[in-house]
Parts: sequence; C-alpha cells; structure tokens
Amino acid sequence: MPKEWKGIMTFTEQRFGQIEEVSLELLGGARTLAEKTGGDVSTFLIGHNIKNLAKELIAYGADKVFVADHPSLTYYQSDACTKIFTNLIHEQKPDIVLIGATSIGMDLAPRVAAKLQTGLSAHVVKLEIGPDGILRQIVPGFGGNVMAVVTCPEKRPQMATVRPGILKKIAKDESRQGEIIELDVKISEEELKAKTLEMKIEPPPELPIEKAEIVIAGGWGICDKECFNMLKELAKLLGGAVGGTRPVLDEDLIKEDQMIGQSGKIIAPKVYIGFGISGEMHHVVGILDSDTIIAINIDSKAPIFDFVDYGVIGDAKEILPRLIKKLKEKLERKQC
Amino acid sequence: MTEELQIIVCIKQVPDPHYLSKITIDPVTKTIRREGIPAVMNPLDRNALEEALRIKEQLGGRVVAISMGPPQAERVCRDALAMGVDEAILLSDRVLAGSDTLATAYALSMAIKKLGSFDIVFCGNETVDGSTAQVPPQLAEFLKVPHITRVRKILSINRNELIVERTIEYGYMKLRVKLPAVIAVTKEINEPRLPTVSAILKCYRKEIKKWTVSDIGVNPRQVGLEGSPTRVIDVFSPEVKRKRKIFEGTTDEAVEWIIEKLHEAGII
Repeated sequence: MPKEWKGIMTFTEQRFGQIEEVSLELLGGARTLAEKTGGDVSTFLIGHNIKNLAKELIAYGADKVFVADHPSLTYYQSDACTKIFTNLIHEQKPDIVLIGATSIGMDLAPRVAAKLQTGLSAHVVKLEIGPDGILRQIVPGFGGNVMAVVTCPEKRPQMATVRPGILKKIAKDESRQGEIIELDVKISEEELKAKTLEMKIEPPPELPIEKAEIVIAGGWGICDKECFNMLKELAKLLGGAVGGTRPVLDEDLIKEDQMIGQSGKIIAPKVYIGFGISGEMHHVVGILDSDTIIAINIDSKAPIFDFVDYGVIGDAKEILPRLIKKLKEKLERKQC
Repeated sequence: MTEELQIIVCIKQVPDPHYLSKITIDPVTKTIRREGIPAVMNPLDRNALEEALRIKEQLGGRVVAISMGPPQAERVCRDALAMGVDEAILLSDRVLAGSDTLATAYALSMAIKKLGSFDIVFCGNETVDGSTAQVPPQLAEFLKVPHITRVRKILSINRNELIVERTIEYGYMKLRVKLPAVIAVTKEINEPRLPTVSAILKCYRKEIKKWTVSDIGVNPRQVGLEGSPTRVIDVFSPEVKRKRKIFEGTTDEAVEWIIEKLHEAGII
C-alpha cells in the first residue's frame, strides 16, 4: 500500500551555520498545527558542517531532522537544494510543507512545488486547519487590501511560504527527544547550473527593524534627508530603529531592509510611531501586529488614522524636532 | 543555440499600484471590485524589459515580450513595443482565467517553447497584484532551465553564462548561471527608459501576435481553475481593532500627549 501523506515538514534555513529565526518559528507553528492533523513534525536541514544544529531544531519542536551535509552546500545552491528537498518530500510524504518566506525560501519553494506539481501559497500570514482537515492559508493580495483564504484540496503536499514574524517559536527544551537522519548526498558540479559563488553580508548600520521594540517610521509627508536624520536621532533616544514606506525607499532615504509592508518587513514592535505616513495598505499590513500604533499626519482624512491607537493631526515636520527636544530634557533629568 | 541572442521578457498587466487602496471586495458576491482603477504594466516588468534591451544593444539579438492576460492586456504589449522590443505576443484565452502560479507558469512555458530556442527569459521578480514571486522559478522548472530570483545586477554576460548579484536579507549572493536561464529582476537593476514620442507612434503600426491555448498546444485541463492546484475559498478585507484616539491641538500639546502615550506604553 502506498504511504499516505501525513505530518508536517519544514525547511530549516541556515546561513553561516546560524539557524534563521523564521525556521524556529515554523517549527513552533507546525507543532500547533500537528495537534489537529496528527503526525510528526520533521524538518529538512541543508548546508555544510551543520549537523550540530540538528539538536537545536529538536529542542525547538522537531521530531525528526533530515540532514543534507556536503562541501558543495556551504552556500545555498538552488539546483541541489531543490533536488534533495523534492526527493525527500517524495519519500517522506508530508501532508504539509512550510518554508520561510525569505529570499532563499522564496527562491526554493516555487521550484519545489512545480517539481511536485502541487499548490503553493506565498507570504502566508495565518495558517489554520479547517473542519475538513485541510490547511487554510491566509494570504494578502493587492498590496494587502484584500486577504484571501487559499487551500490546496487535492494535490499533496500542501505547501506554503510563511512570513517571518507570523508564527511563534516554542520555548527551547533541551530535553526533547528526536531523531536525526543523515541523508546520503551526492552532488556533481554540472548539476549546479545556477551556482552561488559567494554570499556577502552587509550588516545593517542599526538595529534591524524586525528586532526593535520601538520602530520610528517615515513616509512621503516627511520625505527629506533632514527629517530622516531627525527620525534617526529619535530612534537613538528611544533605543529603536528607523523604517519607512515604499516611496521613501524610492528616494533612497532608507535601505530595502528598512522598508515596512507587503513587499518589505512585517514588524511587531511594542510601539510603532509613524511620521507623515498616509496609511496605504501596502505599508499598513506590515505594522498591524504592533502592540501600540501612534501616527502623526497633517491630513485628518489620512487612512492611517483608521489603524492607530493614538493619532495626532499635525505637521510631523514641526512635531518631530520638538518631540526630540522634550525627550532629551526628560531623559537628562532622569540621569541626574 | 541559435546565431542571435534570443531574449524573452514576460510582462503582465496589473492594477496601477497607486490605486491599490481603492480595491474593495463585494461582501456578498465576494468578487474584487476594480472599477475605475487604471491598468498598467507591472512596474518590475519594465526593469525586465530595460535589461533585455540593454543586452541587445550591447551584444545584438532579438527581444520578444510575452503577456498572458485578457484581451485588454494588449495595452502592455503595445507599451513593450514602444520601449523597443522586436515582437510582442499576447496569450489570451478564456480557459486561462483563474490560473494560479503553477498553471500560469505552464502556459507561459508552452508559449516560450513555441517561439523556439532562447537564451534568457527575463521577468519582474514579482507583480503588484498577487506579489507571490512564484512564477519565475516555476516557469524555469517547466522550461527545464536554471533560475535566479531577486537579481539586482548583471556583472558579466557572454553567450554561455551570466554572472549576477541577487539581493538577500542584509546582503547579496554572487552567482554564475549557465544559459539558457530564467532571470527575475528587482528594481535596483536599472532605470527603465521612457519611450520616445516617435516610438510610441510607431508602436501602433506594429502587429501584436495573438495566441490562444490551441496555438501553443496547451492542455486546457492543465490551466484555468481546473488546472490550478490551489483554490481561493474566501476573500475578505483585513479588519482592524484599535483604540483610534485622535488628538488635535498645538504642536507643544501634541508633543506632551505623545510623550504621555509613550510613557503609558512603558517606553519612557
């Protein structure tokens, strides 16, 4: 009898031997889903000299870790990774496959899904098991103005790429038991048609916005160098990071890694403060998980005011320098 | 491989990104209302066209644009001709409606195969409507060629290979790819040209080739809703639950109010 599709498999992404945060989140999310679907939570780990990471994955919720370790896999190699992952899925038959929606996950997942001739949904923001036992994948469309519930009713596995920051990792438990399975990996150089020659990290000058507890964001309303310098000063005062909208990125006032929204970062800080941000859905979908949303905009009709906890109708350009001055005074008093 | 460099660019008509917030859902019929929203070429597809045209200018060759969409997507084919492509093809057929990324990639691959051999297929990395970024790698799979996504720079090119940079979070990767290949580009790669007035006038004299699925040997059961493994079972507008307290006053009052709220949030 052919093996039935069962359990959940995640893709573990590591860069330079460090597991990406989203991969731990996927394991946490998979554990929650597995309570309803039953079956194992397994994960696929690929790279070189990375076997030591398998125990960590078990501590974060994996029942089984399939390890592909090979000198050719020091960097992400799309051809080899696609082949090994696809073969593993064929053999293990997981019912659900989850992959982080990162630059690497988004390169790998569509190709694997096409090889398997199955469905894949992109940038999923919520996952749940329907009453029919089928995975419901909530995806944003049209710049986040429309949410769609997507299923893959017939083909298996059901595949999704999941936005970083959406699922919650479980508490690390070193006593968890799991199985580590080393895969037999053979790679010939000719197979690597698109070969990664090197991978360079350009470290962000500041705290990455997805890790900051306070995010100060600027939009079209304050789209100049002077204002962004003030945003940086404010972020420094509050121990936060600076982000922005798509138009601000287009003006080169922020880097791509600082763009918040549908095609940028999804953030969930304690406090988000938006200056001169009108509130296009493209941006707003990236901030909805913030604990508190504060926005300052001169236009009382700006859509951002539908999404705030605290909104100030006023000129962000005037408020910004005064706010910095006042905060400086307050913080100095504290230090005395 | 043919004598001339053959470059194909996939383009798509999408709602104007400046109007995305005007898109609503009919809560009863669950259809997406996009009346009055202008349709334009997907912005990144212009970068894809630009890169193809620059390579042609440097090395010679031929650039063909392909769009899959409703009859009115002829507009973006026209735009591609105005930018300078040699030929534009519109793949339009009712049975294609409702195709997901897998079915779309399959249909596009059949159109590309019909054109004969190729060296590079350029795509925008993602479109502004679905933003899945899935079609380029899936297209490459159907064409049995390698793909590279998020390409921000072509470092070198010859008849056999490309060396490129692709962006990743906080950095980049350098890759060498054997041609033929599918290359999905980001906006950093170039500044797309604006068509000249004479090119715009001339583009109306050029013919846009129109293909249906039967012209390219597509199995109708592998496209459209039937050929798509994914189903959209519901659509809704994102809901928001927030305090929505709005303050209006002098700048100083506003500053004090913001500081108070930051304090309440435990920040200061």
